Amino acid sequence: MLTASRLRVVRRRLLQALPVLVLATFVVFGLLKLMPGDIAITLAGENATEARIHEIRELYGLNRPFLVQYGSWLLNAVQFDLSKSLANGEPVAQSIARAFPNTLLIVVLAMGVALGLGIPLGMLAASRPDGLRDRVVTSVASLGIAVPSFWLAMLLVAWFALDRGWFPATGAVPLKDSIPKALHHAILPALALAAGGVAEVSRQLRSSLVEILASPQVRTLRAKGLSANVILWKHGLKNASVNLLTVATLLFNRLLAATVVVEAVFAIPGMGNLIVNAALTRDLPVVQGVVFVMVLVVISVNLAADLLYTVLDPRIA
Amino acid sequence: MMARNLITATLAWLRKDVRAALSLGFLLALVLLAATAPLIAPYPITTQDIDNTLAGPSAAHLLGTDDLGRDVFSRMVHGAAATLYASALAVGIAVLLGLPVGLLAGYSGGWVDDSISRFIDALLSFPSIVLAIAVTGALGIGLTNGMVAVGIVFSPQLARLVRARALVVRQELYVDASRCFGASTARILWRHVLPNTVQPVIVQVTLLLAAALLAEASLSFLGLGIQPPNPSWGSMLARAYQNMELAPEQMYAPGLAILLTALAFNTLGESLRVALDPTNKQR
Repeated sequence: MLTASRLRVVRRRLLQALPVLVLATFVVFGLLKLMPGDIAITLAGENATEARIHEIRELYGLNRPFLVQYGSWLLNAVQFDLSKSLANGEPVAQSIARAFPNTLLIVVLAMGVALGLGIPLGMLAASRPDGLRDRVVTSVASLGIAVPSFWLAMLLVAWFALDRGWFPATGAVPLKDSIPKALHHAILPALALAAGGVAEVSRQLRSSLVEILASPQVRTLRAKGLSANVILWKHGLKNASVNLLTVATLLFNRLLAATVVVEAVFAIPGMGNLIVNAALTRDLPVVQGVVFVMVLVVISVNLAADLLYTVLDPRIA
Repeated sequence: MMARNLITATLAWLRKDVRAALSLGFLLALVLLAATAPLIAPYPITTQDIDNTLAGPSAAHLLGTDDLGRDVFSRMVHGAAATLYASALAVGIAVLLGLPVGLLAGYSGGWVDDSISRFIDALLSFPSIVLAIAVTGALGIGLTNGMVAVGIVFSPQLARLVRARALVVRQELYVDASRCFGASTARILWRHVLPNTVQPVIVQVTLLLAAALLAEASLSFLGLGIQPPNPSWGSMLARAYQNMELAPEQMYAPGLAILLTALAFNTLGESLRVALDPTNKQR
């Protein structure tokens, strides 16, 4: 598996990811500089004592040059010392460690639903382009893309939690406490989150399958007497897998964003809740910490996908 | 002459593409509604009918009243104005930032392109609404700040698109010729590169308007966007959410409005993509 050429690819991808990572951390730190006025006074809030303002100035090293500030912030951040919340003094890394599993659970579930429903629907639509089933799938997909996920979440809560009581309306249970309970709580949020994903996956897969099925290579297979099903499942899906991986990677990024608002509807104590409350109270260390961890996760997932490409498609080196 | 050609071509396109025509019609009607909101809305946004809270539709209140007894229809109409303003603001900022940066990167090539591209990659690694929330947290909450944040977050998408086009156009013969005649870089960018990016930018702007609309709704729903008493469809959903157990029907009107408007922008964008595609022989 790990030949010399593949190792070279791995090394090159890692090297390419590095500047992106550095620039991303720069952006996260730069958030501080977007604040209008004297940052220390703004962060300290109204009626802050002189001592508190001084403390914040020290915390961020606001008297030092920008690059020095960034350097020391980064040095701490890579050791996951994300400083402390201005609101309650809790270390940010600790809050994130508590919140992240809740977010990850619904994102991963939603990802599963999006791929599990989106792939068959995309294949169904592509099997006869412009047929009735294709039109139904395509129209429903455009609805799925346009629907605000948090509104869908509210509808699901109203119909299936409040009216029928099939699912809990709010809250989350950590996986390590009880797996069935955790899943029971996570199903509605994951469904709300997944709707756009199902639409996106089915649409993209449909269009790449339609293209593949119209290619001369597939015409030859058909001439050889292969059944439409074998062609679709074996040759179509295999050739679409690279595209599908791209879609899945982008989808992960999008779900991580959409979960922020969906979490608010279900009052799930996840990353979304953390950053929204911090943004409302200008608790900048928490905001920066959440963004930092999220961008780290996205870049890692992109990197993993890049490496997977080389496995799926030997031409990519 | 050119203007007339453009109008004829547009009309011919709309006659053939029913979905595009419907979407465009819906959006134009919405803009008209937003522009004339004070004339159309039967009540000002803050007028309360205290004895009549969370009421269903009636002759006095077409869509009922909210938890403070305010007319939902009037707030929807005024909300349309806020929502459209917010979307246009965010996309305008995205164009203002993304277009020149993309042109510069694509046309210059070399290290300029490399460093700008890496920066674009870095910005695209952020889950968009999360970065928008963070920027709003730093700038301070409010509709304008929120949408400036969304505009900043959307700009790399446009920059990447424009860069890709500029990269192609840069190598065209007529650009070479223009350079040989001593045209300045600014002139080449303005006369040759920019016009070539217009079509994909129009498509992307239409799609981004839908995304900005959803972002506005999200931010306002979270309380980071529009501030009370001013309504936007997102903030109306936030109120509906708080009264979900008493009056679940409050969530239907604003949610449907967001869904239909986003759908119209997306449908129009997809139709434009097909219509403006130079490789499409059917146009």
